[in-house]
Amino acid sequence: MEHFFSVLGIWLGALFTFAIFSFLYKDNPFYKVAEQIFVGLSAGYWFVYTIFFILIPNLFDPISQDIGANWIKLFPAALGIMMLMRLIPKTEWVSRFPIALIIGTTSGIFFLRYLKSDVINQLTATMINPFAGSDPVTIIGQLMLVIGTITGVIYFYFSKKHEGAFGVTAKIGIYFLMISFGAAFGYTAMARISLLIGRLQFLLGDWLGIISP
Amino acid sequence: MKKIIFLFFLFFTCLLFSEDILFEVNDIPNDDGSALQLRWNASNISAEKIVIERKDNGGKPTFVLETDKSTGEFVDGTEISTGIEYSYKLTAYNENNEILATANSVTFSKAQWFNFKKLSLLIMSLIMIISIVYYIYSARSGKELYIRKIAGLESMDESVGRATEMGRPILFIPGTLDLDDMQTIAGLTLLGRLAQKAAEYEADIIVPVCRSMVLSTAKEVVKEAYLKAGRPDAYKPDSVFYLTDDQFGFVAGVDGIIIREKPAANFFLGAFYAESLILAETGFSSGAIQTAGTAMPSQLPFFVVACDYTLIGEELFAASAYLSKEPHQLGSLKGQDMGKAVFVIALVIGIILEISGIHFLKDFLTIH
Repeated sequence: MEHFFSVLGIWLGALFTFAIFSFLYKDNPFYKVAEQIFVGLSAGYWFVYTIFFILIPNLFDPISQDIGANWIKLFPAALGIMMLMRLIPKTEWVSRFPIALIIGTTSGIFFLRYLKSDVINQLTATMINPFAGSDPVTIIGQLMLVIGTITGVIYFYFSKKHEGAFGVTAKIGIYFLMISFGAAFGYTAMARISLLIGRLQFLLGDWLGIISP
Repeated sequence: MKKIIFLFFLFFTCLLFSEDILFEVNDIPNDDGSALQLRWNASNISAEKIVIERKDNGGKPTFVLETDKSTGEFVDGTEISTGIEYSYKLTAYNENNEILATANSVTFSKAQWFNFKKLSLLIMSLIMIISIVYYIYSARSGKELYIRKIAGLESMDESVGRATEMGRPILFIPGTLDLDDMQTIAGLTLLGRLAQKAAEYEADIIVPVCRSMVLSTAKEVVKEAYLKAGRPDAYKPDSVFYLTDDQFGFVAGVDGIIIREKPAANFFLGAFYAESLILAETGFSSGAIQTAGTAMPSQLPFFVVACDYTLIGEELFAASAYLSKEPHQLGSLKGQDMGKAVFVIALVIGIILEISGIHFLKDFLTIH
């Protein structure tokens, strides 16, 4: 029986792979079926996951076992119930409070987090002696780092017109950004090809058995 | 004379034995009082093994550490609380496991109000906050604040107009992350502006989302936008809907919508991962005018390639100020620009100091 389900799983996987790939030609009923099953199954999966791996271990179990030690968890539970009040049109307004709390808290927390990681850490990492290096390649790399960082920041300066020397500096900044985007594009395109190879290995190995999986 | 010789002998003996083991336990500065710093030096007596025990308020001794290092440091962070007297005992053993010497140290753990290692973070925060507050007040008092042109945002009117003329909807994706990401919040702010424009032009807007919190917020944002535009009757609650939390399940669903509904304009504004190229490419093949914006550096290249307009990084966060021209948003943006100016100045000074061999500024700014 176990073998049967294993084989069935491989066949379904292969058929759905073809159904999804058929989208490359045009939208068709096979793709529509695969899409609807994928969306529906994944939505159901995440619903069950939320109950069994988030709500039960983090809320229901601690409260039912020792409410005295876990009373603080009643606050997020109350916020969750306030969100559910959207379901009743008359009490819909109550859900605005947890939304406001989340947006406000997120903004506050991320202000400091990004100031540390994206500003101060970036600042200290760029604060180097660019001429300290044993070979010309290292020195050129360090100079690029310093020039790229300064001009990149200037490009994102919004309250001054990008003209004259300031404009030239900002333009150098966008060139640095575009070169880095090009490099990132090539790198990620290679990673996508490895995903395609993975799918082909599944079809040719697990399904057809032409190559060893 | 004999007395003096005896006293000298006694003094040197004491000195010799007193230097057998150096053992000190101190409170760790700039912390919450949950750890103590232990230091020892038993190299003079050639100790083969060091064992450290701890007594809390005169209770039973508990084992802390066993090591073969005769000199060392250790942070004891196991069940340390403030206001309790901790008595540490270090015992040094030789290779035959015989006690060579012992040493004791007693200390308290204290919590500090300020972590001075993060002083640079406080200073930078204050610079940002003060400049933002100052420019918000300046903008409110009527001072005109300039914002340079952001090409990607000029397209918004054009996109809504195109959708109206073609009688097709506008598709808006606020990213694939939850509300605890600033890009999602920035995307939803822009959704409000776009929905208002769509309501004014009587164009339909479709907003599929993949997070429950984003669903509730996006519904509120769109509803309020229609109210602001004076067309609450035109608001369709089903225009904002949930697909799935699954990343590629969501992409499959959105791709289907793009192909079947054929939106005239697509907006991808928020946090995106590997789905960025799939969405943008499908939108491109459907012939829609596309505007994307994200602060995910790894996904920006795909949007730049496949979309008509792209908001790069911080342009996404500046967008709402640019579109609304509201004083508090413009002031906030100007304040952030001042922060960037301070960043560049500090960087240039820091690099000059580093070239000169002075590391003061870098050391001060480094957060441990």
